[in-house]
Amino acid sequence: MARVVVLDYGSGNLRSAERALEHAGARVEVTSDHQRAFEADGLVVPGVGAFSACMRGLLEVGGDKVVDRRLNERRPVLGICVGMQILFERGVEHGVEAEGLGRWPGTVERLRSEPLPHMGWNTVSAPGDSALFAGFPPETRFYFVHSFAARDWPDAARGFEEGGQPRLIRAEHGDSFLAAVEDGVLTATQFHPEKSGEAGIGLLRNWLGTL
Amino acid sequence: MAVAVRVIPCLDVDEGRVVKGVNFTDLVDAGDPVELARLYNGEGADELTFLDVTASSGDRETTYEVVRRTADQVFIPLTVGGGVRSADDVDRLLRAGADKVSLNTAAVARPELLETASRRFGAQCVVLSVDARRVPEGGEPTASGFEVTTHGGRKGTGICAVGWAERAENLGVGEILLNSMDADGTKEGFDLEMIRAVRAAVGVPLIASGGAGDKHHFAPAVHAGADAVLAASVFHFGQLTLAEVKNAMRAEGITVR
Repeated sequence: MARVVVLDYGSGNLRSAERALEHAGARVEVTSDHQRAFEADGLVVPGVGAFSACMRGLLEVGGDKVVDRRLNERRPVLGICVGMQILFERGVEHGVEAEGLGRWPGTVERLRSEPLPHMGWNTVSAPGDSALFAGFPPETRFYFVHSFAARDWPDAARGFEEGGQPRLIRAEHGDSFLAAVEDGVLTATQFHPEKSGEAGIGLLRNWLGTL
Repeated sequence: MAVAVRVIPCLDVDEGRVVKGVNFTDLVDAGDPVELARLYNGEGADELTFLDVTASSGDRETTYEVVRRTADQVFIPLTVGGGVRSADDVDRLLRAGADKVSLNTAAVARPELLETASRRFGAQCVVLSVDARRVPEGGEPTASGFEVTTHGGRKGTGICAVGWAERAENLGVGEILLNSMDADGTKEGFDLEMIRAVRAAVGVPLIASGGAGDKHHFAPAVHAGADAVLAASVFHFGQLTLAEVKNAMRAEGITVR
C-alpha cells in the first residue's frame, strides 16, 4: 500500500484529500513534518484561496524545501488546485505579482470569461498515453473551482527536468487553460480529484499506481 | 466543452437529522443526512447543500459531526449554511469538511463578515444566500422591485435584493444562492424574472432556488441565467430523480454531467 503525505500548511480541504486518497487505496498522513513528507512514496500539495497566501503558508512550513528535495531525488509530487498553480514561475492577482516555486514555466493569471470562479464539472483533453487519465472516456468530468490558472506554457519542450516531455492537459472556460500537467514525477491538477466523485477517486488511484 | 450546469439537492438538517419527510425505501435510515448524501451522490448530484435549521445555537456540534461523516464518505462538493454567524463558524465548518459555507442573516446584519470570510478562506468557499421576494404592496420600494428578507422570508428588510447581490460580489463572495421566497413551496417553477435581474448584475456563479415542482422547471431557470439549480422537496419526496431532471435539461440543450 502506497504511503502518501498530504502536506499541511494551513491550506485546502485536507480532510477531504486525506479521505479520498484513503478511499483510492493509500495509507495517508496529514503533516508538515519534513522527514515524513520526504520519505512518503507520494507527496500531495493541496491549496485553495489566493496564490500569494498559499505561497506564504508553504514557505512558512518550509514546504518549498520539501518539494525541492523530493523532486531532486525523483520522488513523486502531486499538486492540487492552488497547489498546482504555485509550481509555476509566478502568479498575478489584482495586478500584484507573486513568485511561485518556478518548477514550470509561465504565469498564473485570472481567467477571462465569466462567471468566475469557474465552478463546476468540466471535461479535459487528455492525450491517450496519459497515465493520470488512463481509462477515462473523454466525456468524463472533474470538479473545478478557481478563478486563476496557467494559460500558456511558454516553452513547449521544457519540463522541470532536462529533456522531459511534459504532458499538458487542457480544459476550457471561455478560453483554454491548463487543467493538469504530467511531467515525470511532478504531476498536478487544477481541478479537485478529491471532490470529483468516482472519476476523482479513479484518477487518484491512477496516480497511486505510478508511485 | 463547457462547464456543466449543476443540479444540487438541498437537505434541511435539524439536530443532525433530515427534517422533511422522505420516502426512500432502500435506505436503512432515511433521516440520516449522510445516507441521503450517499444516495444523491449515487444518483448523480453535482453538489450537496445542507441547511442547518437547528433552532438552538448550542447544538452546533451535531452539525459538525454530520458534516464530518458526510465529507468522509461522499467525494463531491458540500455546502453548509444556516445559523453561520462569524468567521470562526465558517472556519469550524470548513475544518469539519465543508467545501463552501453559505451566509445569510448574519451577512445582512454585518456585510463586512463576507469580506472577512472571503479574505481569510478564499472567495471559492464563501456563498451568499439571499432570501428575496417582490416588495409587497405598501412596502418600501427598492430599485429592482425585489427585497431581501430575513427570518425565513417573513421579515422584509427594504434592502434591494439585486443591489445586495452586487455588493456581496464586491465584498468577495464566490457564489450567490438566490432563494425566491415568493416561488418557494409553490412548485410552480423558479422566479425567472428575479434570476434574470440578479444575473444581469453579478459575474459570480448563480444558484437558483425555490419553486421547482416539475422536471421541466429547471431548464428555464438556466436559460434565465442560473449556473446551477437547487431543489429540496421534489427530490426528498421522490417526486423527481436527479436523472429525470438532468435528462429534461439535456433535452433543452443544456450541458449536464
